Amino acid sequence: MKIRNNQGPLKWFFIGISAVFLFIMLILPLIYVLVTGLKKGISVYLAAVTDEYALKAVGLTIEATIISVIVNTVFGLFAAWTITKFRFRGKKIISTLIDLPLTISPIIAGLIYVLTFGRQSFLYPFLHEHGIDIIFAVPGIVLATIFVTFPFISRELIPVLTAQGTDEEEAAALMGAGGFRIFREVTFPHIKWAFLYGIVLCTARAMGEFGAVSVLSGHLRGKTNTMPLYIELLYQGYDFTGAFAVSSILVIMALLILILRNLLEHRGKSEN
Amino acid sequence: MGSITKTGKKKTKSVIPGFGLSFGITMAILSLVVIIPLCSLIVFSSQLSFHEFIETVTRPRVLSSYRVSILTALAASAVNAVMGLILAWVLVRYDFPGKRIMDGLIELPFALPTAVAGISLTHLTVEDGWVGSFFGKFGIRVAYTKFGIIIALVFIGIPFVVRSVQPVLEKVEKEYEEAASMLGASRFRIFFEVIFPEIFPALIAGFTMAFARSIGEYGSVVFIAGNTPYETEITPLMIMSELQEFDYASATSIALVMLLIAFLILFVNAVIQSYTSKIVSGIE
Repeated sequence: MKIRNNQGPLKWFFIGISAVFLFIMLILPLIYVLVTGLKKGISVYLAAVTDEYALKAVGLTIEATIISVIVNTVFGLFAAWTITKFRFRGKKIISTLIDLPLTISPIIAGLIYVLTFGRQSFLYPFLHEHGIDIIFAVPGIVLATIFVTFPFISRELIPVLTAQGTDEEEAAALMGAGGFRIFREVTFPHIKWAFLYGIVLCTARAMGEFGAVSVLSGHLRGKTNTMPLYIELLYQGYDFTGAFAVSSILVIMALLILILRNLLEHRGKSEN
Repeated sequence: MGSITKTGKKKTKSVIPGFGLSFGITMAILSLVVIIPLCSLIVFSSQLSFHEFIETVTRPRVLSSYRVSILTALAASAVNAVMGLILAWVLVRYDFPGKRIMDGLIELPFALPTAVAGISLTHLTVEDGWVGSFFGKFGIRVAYTKFGIIIALVFIGIPFVVRSVQPVLEKVEKEYEEAASMLGASRFRIFFEVIFPEIFPALIAGFTMAFARSIGEYGSVVFIAGNTPYETEITPLMIMSELQEFDYASATSIALVMLLIAFLILFVNAVIQSYTSKIVSGIE
């Protein structure tokens, strides 16, 4: 149902601008990473990505990503359910607080965790006594990752659940179904695709977080370096081939995530 | 429907079970991840002396970092507003080969780690880089200048505008355009008088989100900026360098100014949205 006057040279002019812009801004950086990573040959590339510290960085990134996806999944489901299916005071404040991590600079996110768990915090004596290290250690990295990806899943679910309303749940409840059963059999089928989509977004952001993690990491090689931090380390040591080789893993992950995202969006649209 | 149920059931409890449990879990995780850290920021800020706070946030180097951050974020968001509008238009209104790939690519900046984008864009735009050598012919340096920062922020911000405008543009009723066209309006006039007012709030929302994100961006910018004092130092970097010296008071002071700027932007957006359209949100 296109309008007639949308055809003609103007159409191709705009498509041309868009294509050139996307090619230079988005595709060229990807190609550059892959080309530079492989420039010195496949053996140098493999040596860089199978380096002991590189593998440890991959492991830590996977660990932080999995934990934050799990925490945010639990939170996202409960928060979206609470906000959309019940009426209570303070709902707006809660949803503002959930979205807060989106508007805060990652550096500030790191800072507030340093203030919460660092030496000057009122929690510090307690943590120190029990030998719990949070900042400049793995728990800090995980917490920072959870924080920056916090709203991702709930934000995908809330609009879908709001559009769906509460009638079906109320009917199920009146027929005697319990909370979990209602959720599993009535609510979940509606949000399945949005939910998976949220997980994909959350994974993408979690594996790539740099600023907040950088504040909270002690930058200890093999201990508190995630992949982006390890890439920074290599880059600052002028090991560009190594930096781009490790980056290429993240580029491939990003491309996989994009493909997955598009498949999910497509499935979701065709089902509804 | 909302108003009827609201008055009819205001005091009655919801029939859906599980409020206590799900509210409890939500609040517990929210407290641990957001509320307690935020409170510690407030507690720590309240211990700062006002004099020191003012002294820290008005240091010349810090002041020039605000200027760099705000100017580059504004410029990048303006570029993104224009390019985002064109991209959304192309994706909604035209059919052409490769359209689905183009649509799928828009989210790349969300999926690609910012540090990777940062080092890649830096190497592309240095003087002998693929893109930098082109600009070099005209005597323009990209990497390690404000121009470089803008490039990185355009990369970061583009999905915000496209994904904000696209759904609204899809819903613009074509009948109005057809009517305007029948009445003899030119294409440009139809765009600016019929379509543009409809998508303007979404465009502003996208611009604001891109701006808010840009002003706090760190990962992609630190590599390309070169971080020359007074020239290409962004405010998040100032906070970072205070943190590396364990000067938490200064870091917090500068962070408070940044938070203030971010909230100001969101507030202005909210005002514009409520003037131009009903706010469509999932929450009552």
